[in-house]
Amino acid sequence: MKQRRQERVDRGIKARSDDIFALTSYREMLYVSVPPVLPVIGLIILPLILPPYWQKVLISTCIFALLAMSWDFLVSVGMVSLGQALFFGVGAFVAGALDRFAGLPIWLTIPLGTVLGGALCTVALLPVLRLRGVYFSMVTLVLPLMLERCIEATGFFGGTEGLAGLKPFASKWIEMYFVAAVVLIALFGFRRLLTTDYGLVLKAIKDNDRSVMSAGINIYWLKAQALFVAGCVGAFCGAYMTHVYMFVGMPAFALDYSILPLASAVVGGMGTFAGSVMGAFILVPLSEALRGIGGLRTVIYALALVVFIVSLPEGIFHYIQRKYHQFERWVEVEK
Amino acid sequence: MLEVTLIYGFVNSIILALIALGFSLTFGISGVSNFAYGAFYVLAGYTVWILIHKLSIPFLPAVILSVLFTAALGFLLYRFVLLRIRGLVISEVIATFGVGLAILELFRHLGFTGFEYTLPVFSEGSIMIGNTYVDHQRLWIVGVGIALAIGLYLFTHHTRTGLAFRGIAQDEKTALSLGINSDRIAGISVAFGSGLAAVAAVLILPRGTISVNEGYDVLINALAVCIIGGLGSTVGVVVASFLIGYAQMLTDVLSGPHWKMIVSLVAILLILVVKPSGLFGKQKELEERI
Repeated sequence: MKQRRQERVDRGIKARSDDIFALTSYREMLYVSVPPVLPVIGLIILPLILPPYWQKVLISTCIFALLAMSWDFLVSVGMVSLGQALFFGVGAFVAGALDRFAGLPIWLTIPLGTVLGGALCTVALLPVLRLRGVYFSMVTLVLPLMLERCIEATGFFGGTEGLAGLKPFASKWIEMYFVAAVVLIALFGFRRLLTTDYGLVLKAIKDNDRSVMSAGINIYWLKAQALFVAGCVGAFCGAYMTHVYMFVGMPAFALDYSILPLASAVVGGMGTFAGSVMGAFILVPLSEALRGIGGLRTVIYALALVVFIVSLPEGIFHYIQRKYHQFERWVEVEK
Repeated sequence: MLEVTLIYGFVNSIILALIALGFSLTFGISGVSNFAYGAFYVLAGYTVWILIHKLSIPFLPAVILSVLFTAALGFLLYRFVLLRIRGLVISEVIATFGVGLAILELFRHLGFTGFEYTLPVFSEGSIMIGNTYVDHQRLWIVGVGIALAIGLYLFTHHTRTGLAFRGIAQDEKTALSLGINSDRIAGISVAFGSGLAAVAAVLILPRGTISVNEGYDVLINALAVCIIGGLGSTVGVVVASFLIGYAQMLTDVLSGPHWKMIVSLVAILLILVVKPSGLFGKQKELEERI
């Protein structure tokens, strides 16, 4: 009886352009350069052609792409966060407080919010760095909820009212291109970082933390560094959005900021960062387009998350990447 | 004043135990995550409301139908979502949390908020304990809560199914070699846990209106009780309920109701930092931290 199986083979052009021979013809050069250049061109052109409402959508898409990359980076180091809202909220409140109480200009509040926010989150999570897997996730799930209630109960930072009337950006072009540039820097920076020796050690912590320890490497120090980097990216989103909305309040700790980045990264494909960006650029505009039907935003995200986790855990990006690099064919198997 | 605090603290603790029992049965005792628990709790409440007010079914059949419906839903959740990702703990958590989120936000979207969404009490009236009025519904809660806690202990220690529940959490391969079908048992466990969520909802919800946000609070409270008591321990659930119950009551009395919810969140943080396996937990003490 003849049976068939599917075989995957690298395309010839993939094999040729893996090496210095990529420089031998335009076709190979295009094959290598088109995928990374696409997002750059997209993010430069999109703000110019979109109508004003969709420019706002682009901003929140970029923010969710950044949060998703920050989540993806933490996952690559073996820390699964269920509370990106913590990073976002802390960054937002630091920037808001610096603006309101210290009167700092916007080009100081955002960098300070980013670094201080990242540092505060790292310090807050230091005691639980020793926890692994689902226990770490639970702590990150609980912390933003707790901070939200604390602000509600104590009335610090404006309590339930929040802080309104913060300084806006000078123009909407600066606003859009600033966040687009940060998305690109984060995307290529993170991808580069994980291929360095340092990144290899970080990934090894996820794969087998004990063998990294037995190699004489202090994994808690490395985990804290990774947490700081991811926290800074998340806190930047918060600090930036504070000035876009000109307002900061309890919604900064909302569940949306935890669940949407997670959904983007899972739908797009984990571990590649490009997948996270792709996921955000699919899900956020999609839910925005469906907003006319009703406020089903969170429901759609949650369902997309479940469907992808159960049926396509590799994500869209890995799927496309495979099609780009390899072809598939059916071959006969003798029995 | 002290007397009121003591009595209502007791009732509060039993409510927490009742909320946590179902979650503990699924997550703690058989090691299957069901983070859609809070959503099932709220769903059961709305189901009873719909059955009574839209389909005019009498109270008692409505309650029974709702419990059976929620249990069936739990089994479906296991069969179509959890079964495919068994063993990938993080995926289990994210997927079930996603299902719960979808249910809760769907209710919010459909406009199920307001004062008309209340469930009837089991019986009207109240009794005096010392100088404190306690209404009948709270007595029902205490009675059923204690009975269920004892029942759960006996069930997980003296029946074949109950022992199998604990077996698959302790060592799935050994359980398999002893003829326990771990997939089937895990499914039953999720169904039982969801059913218990419905029982808790029917008992507790008549005290106020049904609201979507309660789903999140219930999940956090159940999680807090389970983690503090230690996974896999029925005694732990009871002790942790009393710890958190009285702590919540004290913060409520001393510093206002805003702080009440923070108690369980702080408790989760503290216990995870100090002793992640919980007060009475024995399983996997080496695996959760490095």
